Amino acid sequence: MCSEHILEQLKPIVEEWKGKEGSLIMVLHAVQNHFGYVPREVSLQLSRLLEIPLARIYEVITFYNYFKLEPPGKHRISVCLGTACYLKGAPVILEEVKSILSVKEGETTKDGLFHLDVVRCLGCCGLAPVMMVDDKVYGKVSKGQVMEIVSKYGKEG
Amino acid sequence: METDRKIILLADTEQSQQDKLRDFYTSFANQIKDKGLEDAVSLVRASDIGIYGKGFAVKILPRGIVYTGVKESDIGAIIDASVKGQGTVERLLFSEEPKQIRIVLRNCGVIDPESIDEYIACRGYGALKKILSGMNPAGVIEEMKKSGLRGRGGAGYPTWMKWKFTRESQGDRKYVICNADEGDPGAYMDRSVLEGDPHSVIEGLIIAGYAIGAGMGYMYIRAEYPLAVERVKKAIGQAYECGLLGKNILGTDFSFDIDIRLGAGAFVCGEETALIASIEGKRGTPRPRPPYPSVSGLWCKPTAINNVETLANVPYIIMEGGDKFALIGTEKSKGTKVFALTGKVRNSGLVEVPMGITLREIVFDIGGGMLGDKPIKAVQTGGPSGGVIPVDQLDTPVDYENLQKLGSIMGSGGMIVMDESDCIVDIAKFYLGFCVEESCGKCAPCRIGGYQMLNLLNGIAEGSGSLEDLDKLRRVALAMQRASLCALGQTAANPVMSTLRYFEQEYREHIVNRKCRSHKCRSLMTYSIIQDKCKRCRVCVINCPVNAIEGDREKGFFIDVSKCVKCGKCFEVCKFQAIAKE
Repeated sequence: MCSEHILEQLKPIVEEWKGKEGSLIMVLHAVQNHFGYVPREVSLQLSRLLEIPLARIYEVITFYNYFKLEPPGKHRISVCLGTACYLKGAPVILEEVKSILSVKEGETTKDGLFHLDVVRCLGCCGLAPVMMVDDKVYGKVSKGQVMEIVSKYGKEG
Repeated sequence: METDRKIILLADTEQSQQDKLRDFYTSFANQIKDKGLEDAVSLVRASDIGIYGKGFAVKILPRGIVYTGVKESDIGAIIDASVKGQGTVERLLFSEEPKQIRIVLRNCGVIDPESIDEYIACRGYGALKKILSGMNPAGVIEEMKKSGLRGRGGAGYPTWMKWKFTRESQGDRKYVICNADEGDPGAYMDRSVLEGDPHSVIEGLIIAGYAIGAGMGYMYIRAEYPLAVERVKKAIGQAYECGLLGKNILGTDFSFDIDIRLGAGAFVCGEETALIASIEGKRGTPRPRPPYPSVSGLWCKPTAINNVETLANVPYIIMEGGDKFALIGTEKSKGTKVFALTGKVRNSGLVEVPMGITLREIVFDIGGGMLGDKPIKAVQTGGPSGGVIPVDQLDTPVDYENLQKLGSIMGSGGMIVMDESDCIVDIAKFYLGFCVEESCGKCAPCRIGGYQMLNLLNGIAEGSGSLEDLDKLRRVALAMQRASLCALGQTAANPVMSTLRYFEQEYREHIVNRKCRSHKCRSLMTYSIIQDKCKRCRVCVINCPVNAIEGDREKGFFIDVSKCVKCGKCFEVCKFQAIAKE
């Protein structure tokens, strides 16, 4: 990414938020929505545009779980380990996903197709145990269904 | 903007004959059509209307008439009496005193959350009109005092006092914040209110702003709830269009703006000083109190922070009067509380109950009893800051004081039912692990104490614990409670302490007998082959990842305990239940 190209994409975001108090987190949300993560080059540009030291930006990015410094996989798999899911067997589901994809939580598969995350409560405890692929929620998942769900996305590419 | 369109909910209260409900729905729809009423009603199939075991139920809104035990032959009579006319069919009326009272959830699932007109049709923004046309801020606070409403975020601080202190503090600007950073695993009340009735929270926030003299309000919402964010955004836009937000609201001198700020996945930001730091665009770490936010909060200005559920109660209190609200509940805890009932219970979901109801009523009468055949062991309330309430305390009335006496807290409203297959040490480990992960790391008691306690618990779960560890756990917990900077650290040990209080025997079994009676702690399990049941098919031998199963078809097969990694694969693949797990 060349810096001019980045500047152009950042322009509307910065224009919306510049001058508003405490806007850094909102800016980072907008950046992550646009790029999928917060690339270092973008943070560098942000630092100049918003006149915020780079260290301050990184301090915030690394504190909050939501912000990512690495590009995410094509499909994001989230396995819920909230209390209700935990009691109803989510750890088994997580193990199964890990063994199918051979990644640990927080990692992306080598082919860049899947990113595995552990989340604490997706807010649909009635469906426990729950896993989510991109924006689709799968409820009452059994160990046997995991392969089926994952392979559906594998095939689509 | 009154609408006379009726909404009819059909539900199967037995929860077992969903296919018959479809037929019932079809014939209901047909008869409505035959009578030419299809434009005047919406017919909705509901999965749960909070009544159980009473056959098919028909609920007619907005009047709220409920019929139960309805047969297909009754449909005609119901339509004639209550849809066309204003009467009722006496013999089918549902009359049992309802266990649930809906105040916070009054509009959820009833109105279209994206329509301000429907909210207004249900007397929405009536409370705002009422205060702007004749109540001064002190009067509003007085009304809140009469209601006895206490913060629903967990700590239970009286809302009126929070407002009064913020009002009395000096400052050229003041703020109100709605805390919608619902992070407890297993709780989703705030999400449901924001998604189902965003205007009630916005109205509550405007009223709070008026009462304390603030001109600006923030909604701090979890980014993990995109639909809630979208609905609130839309609702705020509609409120501006209708002149309910912005300059000179409803033609008065009162001006108020609301903006949304998103959380970014940090549990600690539910703590008020951390939340303020986060809105200021910083790392969400708490700071020592005092000064309390009511004196020096957002940008060092007086700030009142209220939870979503608290604010959703406010319009009701203003409309109906604090005295009426105070009729519900116990002496010190007024009103209702929304709980997210989950875990090993038949009907999981949101319930709104009057304070003072017993846990047993919630789990068995409303929740429909246990899921599966195992007996209930305990109920956990308050999420990672709460505790476990054992089965012999189930008849305790739920209010702030009682739960605290039992070593738990009201918390934000997660309620998780556990049965005999849940291991108490495992549960304690789960909650503590959550707090350790979410600790911001600013103060040592929380950062180090939590980690050390987790190590001790892991040792106990793996069979390497000693009885001294129980004392160590208690000592570290006490240090954390006393010395941590914020509520996260102060309460992180609660799940461990309350389980130790009621289930010490189970901890001892893990330590002394190296046994986990619920078969949850993997390291304490042993697998063996029941020779009588074994058909010698070798499936387990083939599937064992470490070749720990030895023997042959003549002599039979045995598991070599020294090689076994306790993965449980053999247990899963055996078709003859010939693997014993102890």
